[in-house]
Amino acid sequence: METLWFALVAFMLAMYVILDGFDLGTGIIHFLAARNPEERNILLRAIGPVWDGNEVWLLAAGGTLYFAFPLLYASSFSGFYLPLMIVLWLLMLRGLGIEFQHQVHNPLWKSFWHIVFSFASILLTIFFGAALGNVVRGVPLNADGYFFEPLWTTFTVVPEAGILDWFTVLMGLVAFFVLANHGSNYIALKTLDPIRTRAHTLARGSWWGVVLTSVAALAATWSIHPEIWDNYSSFVWGWIFPAAGVAGLFGMWYFNRTQEDLKAFLSSSLFIAGMLAATAFGLYPKVLPASTNPAYSLTVYNTRAQEYGLQVGLTWWLIGIVFVAGYFFYVYRTFRGRITVVTEDGGY
Amino acid sequence: MEDALLINRLQFAFTIMFHYLFPQLTMGLGLLLVLMKGAFLKTGNNRYNEAARFWGKIFAVNFALGVVTGIPMEFQFGTNWARFSTFAGGVIGQTLAMEGMFAFFLESSFLGLFLFGEKKLGPKGHFAAALAVFAGSWISGYFIVATNAWMQNPVAYTVAADGTVHLNDFWGLLLNPWLLWQYTHTMIGSVITAAFVVCAVGAYYILSGKHPEHGMVFMRFGVPAGLIASVLVAFPTGDAHARMVAEKQPVTFAAMEGLFETKEGAELVFIGQPDMEKLAIDNPLHIPKLLSFLTHYRWEAEIHGLKEFDRSLWPTNIPLLYYSYHVMVGLGTIFIVVMVTSFYALKRNTLPSLRWLLWILMLAFPFPYIANTAGWMTAELGRQPWLVYGLMRTVDGTSTTVSAGNSLFTLLGFIGMYFVLGTLFVLLVLKRINTGPVAVEGS
Repeated sequence: METLWFALVAFMLAMYVILDGFDLGTGIIHFLAARNPEERNILLRAIGPVWDGNEVWLLAAGGTLYFAFPLLYASSFSGFYLPLMIVLWLLMLRGLGIEFQHQVHNPLWKSFWHIVFSFASILLTIFFGAALGNVVRGVPLNADGYFFEPLWTTFTVVPEAGILDWFTVLMGLVAFFVLANHGSNYIALKTLDPIRTRAHTLARGSWWGVVLTSVAALAATWSIHPEIWDNYSSFVWGWIFPAAGVAGLFGMWYFNRTQEDLKAFLSSSLFIAGMLAATAFGLYPKVLPASTNPAYSLTVYNTRAQEYGLQVGLTWWLIGIVFVAGYFFYVYRTFRGRITVVTEDGGY
Repeated sequence: MEDALLINRLQFAFTIMFHYLFPQLTMGLGLLLVLMKGAFLKTGNNRYNEAARFWGKIFAVNFALGVVTGIPMEFQFGTNWARFSTFAGGVIGQTLAMEGMFAFFLESSFLGLFLFGEKKLGPKGHFAAALAVFAGSWISGYFIVATNAWMQNPVAYTVAADGTVHLNDFWGLLLNPWLLWQYTHTMIGSVITAAFVVCAVGAYYILSGKHPEHGMVFMRFGVPAGLIASVLVAFPTGDAHARMVAEKQPVTFAAMEGLFETKEGAELVFIGQPDMEKLAIDNPLHIPKLLSFLTHYRWEAEIHGLKEFDRSLWPTNIPLLYYSYHVMVGLGTIFIVVMVTSFYALKRNTLPSLRWLLWILMLAFPFPYIANTAGWMTAELGRQPWLVYGLMRTVDGTSTTVSAGNSLFTLLGFIGMYFVLGTLFVLLVLKRINTGPVAVEGS
């Protein structure tokens, strides 16, 4: 039961990264893909009807994590106190950047919120990457299962590390390039020339960033946390996840060249899903490794809620996810197609 | 440790009070939007659709702020109240996770359709989108109030060997007896806020002569909704909720009412300041025996006073609790008077000419916000010193690893952030009101 819930929470987080990932990616490439106010409006219009629903995956994943693994939720949220609060403020700024810019028709007002949107998206992406880096690297858990990390200490990977060290910053850069590529693919899919052409160029450039930083991060993970490979030698079928990631990586490159936008977008989605699943598979059954004493690591077993709660939860979760799939299918179908012009009022 | 507790409480109180300014409007306004879209669908009168569009835009700004200020609430359970989350996550994780699955997705998906998709959806589809947004916001409210109701009146749980609590009865949690009245009372309170806000803008448009026709449309929705809600919030929901408190949390009830001595035929205090040194009410204005009657329907019924209970069980801030409760009840009474008068004038078609009444309606809108906030303060201060009533004290729920200095840093950050948000919000809403409803082509 706890393994199932581990997979379901991982699934929801991956959905978040894929869906809100292209919103964040749009923010990263915002000023590169769009060169004038009208083009910037088109970019925001491309994510306008969907970004809020995408962000809900983070909230729902958080809620599900709380419900299935209460101790993990309590421990990680209090331990990552400062970065989470910063993430909150950035999420606020990102949302306001999208929602407020079209409220006043003044060029300075609009420019300000476009900058806020892009700036918050870039920082959020790096923080999310660094967060994943912290989970892979491990945190200084005590015997009660709690910890606290300052923002940084010496920037080296030591047991008493901070949120930011060279490894987690590297993971932040991976996230930056991956989501830049993913966002470029989305924008290429949703727009016409000249934005579409620029998005193709950006996707091509960021692809090399993805390859270089991913290889570096892989090598770094190997050196600081080699036991992440243990599951792969015990369960060979697990190689399907990294294989999917590599297939996605190839697709990102190939469909960019052939300008098949939807396939390129699906490829970057596959890459994200494959890489996150590969990480989750490597960590399991740990959910938060301890850098202090391996015995203090939080696992799915010592953080889970009791059987009855997890069982009734499965019933409503399955009902809920059917509805959610329905909403998303309907919303994306309604807003399908490329965006041509944006009316003054943001399309109301 | 004392410092950290205080700062954690202040941060939660500040962020939740600011947050609740927005959902309390959107939950009520969602209902009014459905009514406006429904009236348009039925009559084809474009004024109704223009009203719905105008309020849809105000709704959108409020919704956006509700979302961005709501995320910190869920986060804070983990960040600042880690021991509470570990203790109670096995129960309230259920309702919080269900809120995400059943409410947030529904609301956010259909709000996009409601705001961006009127042309694509057609009138019926657009009405359905409004209905879905309304349903989402009320479902969201249900799960949140269910979470609070469990903290007020823990049910459906067992205690595990490690001291944490776990759910043992799913429907028991969702049908907590406390929940029925707390939920209906809260939701109807939010309809009052929306009704007063709609009336205030309507009154402004009529008084200033800017959009008198739309102003009257707003009144035709706002006044009846305000009247029905003002009555329902007092009776049966407020009344039943207070008696629930008297039954399950008698100490809280005594503190709310400012009753220090246990007595038969207890008086109902309207005005007076609790003096915590003398343990009495200063300059009380009260009606003898009324409290006993309202609580037990018997004039001579016995009500327990604060002195009967051990001091360690007393709510930590009795005067503030007492004032919150009295402010809420006092304002609620005034709302009934204002709305009965307005409804009478609306029915006799004299409302547009009664300028004094329009002035009152235009200026009254902040008071439902105050009353709703005071109501929540009553619930939360009344639960003290418990975080989960009778099971966990607030002092035992904080995160041990987060220092007071770090919490203060984020509290200050939230204050700064919310100051900016609040200013922008007021600016944008004023601008919308100034622009006014736009006539639909062909009307």
